[in-house]
Amino acid sequence: MAGSLLIAGFFVFGCLLGWACPLPSWVVRPEASLYALYVLMFLVGLSLGSDKRLKETLRQIRPRLLLVPLATWTGTLSFCALAAVLLKKWSVWECMAVGSGFAYYSLSSVLVTQMKEASSGLVVAAELGTIALVANILRELFTLTGAPFMYRVFGKLAPICAGGATTMDTTLPVITQVCGKEMVFVSIFHAVLVDFSVPFLVSFFCSL
Amino acid sequence: MLKVLGIMFAGILLGFLFRKQPFLQNLDKPVRYVIFILLFLMGLAVGSDPAITENLPRVGGHALVLALAGTLGSVLAAALVYKLFFNKHENGR
Repeated sequence: MAGSLLIAGFFVFGCLLGWACPLPSWVVRPEASLYALYVLMFLVGLSLGSDKRLKETLRQIRPRLLLVPLATWTGTLSFCALAAVLLKKWSVWECMAVGSGFAYYSLSSVLVTQMKEASSGLVVAAELGTIALVANILRELFTLTGAPFMYRVFGKLAPICAGGATTMDTTLPVITQVCGKEMVFVSIFHAVLVDFSVPFLVSFFCSL
Repeated sequence: MLKVLGIMFAGILLGFLFRKQPFLQNLDKPVRYVIFILLFLMGLAVGSDPAITENLPRVGGHALVLALAGTLGSVLAAALVYKLFFNKHENGR
């Protein structure tokens, strides 16, 4: 929670600085963040590959558990596609690209900006990237604050599906508290798959 | 895009091979720092772009709509999956 506020803070600070002072163009150029993205992806891979819970999580897998990430994917993407009706500026694919962040705001916003730039230009790409950032931060916030409500109304799996890719880190403590300890492995397993799908789905929908 | 995914896979492979190394269990901090830098750079790009700063309320509104849509869609699908496939197994576990 404090983490996501801090991250949002860095973004806002950058916004204000970029807005208030004229900056040398090399700082603002997308190449700068592209190299930072490479470093981030490498580190994310390292921590996925070396995760001690990986083996135990894999051992607890039952085919039925695949339905949980499946619910997250289909529910999120179908409703984001529907939201395109309300948002005239963006196509169905662009709305689905934002939804494919599954609350993984840091990665999805950068990916959207990078992937969209080639086809739509920097201005549109940066705007959609910002939407991806804010929308996915909000989704994490909704999960952190709304988990008890989701549990009561929509059942045990609802906070996990709402948490998307974050259910093995930032939202795991809340989910454990609300849904019970027996849901920890479901939650981690769900996050590993959803997490893994983010770069694929974001770049897929950005290329359409 | 392939480059980005390739880099992640290289990381996964190396992370798995060297999973006994203690420093790999403490990657949260470096990851956070890189995310800070990334988001700061993104903020710079967004803030210095008048096309976005002039449309900030609209950008926020669109983000809210998509966040609500994604969250609502996923909890509804979760309710469906739970009702159909999980509830009846509950006692058997």
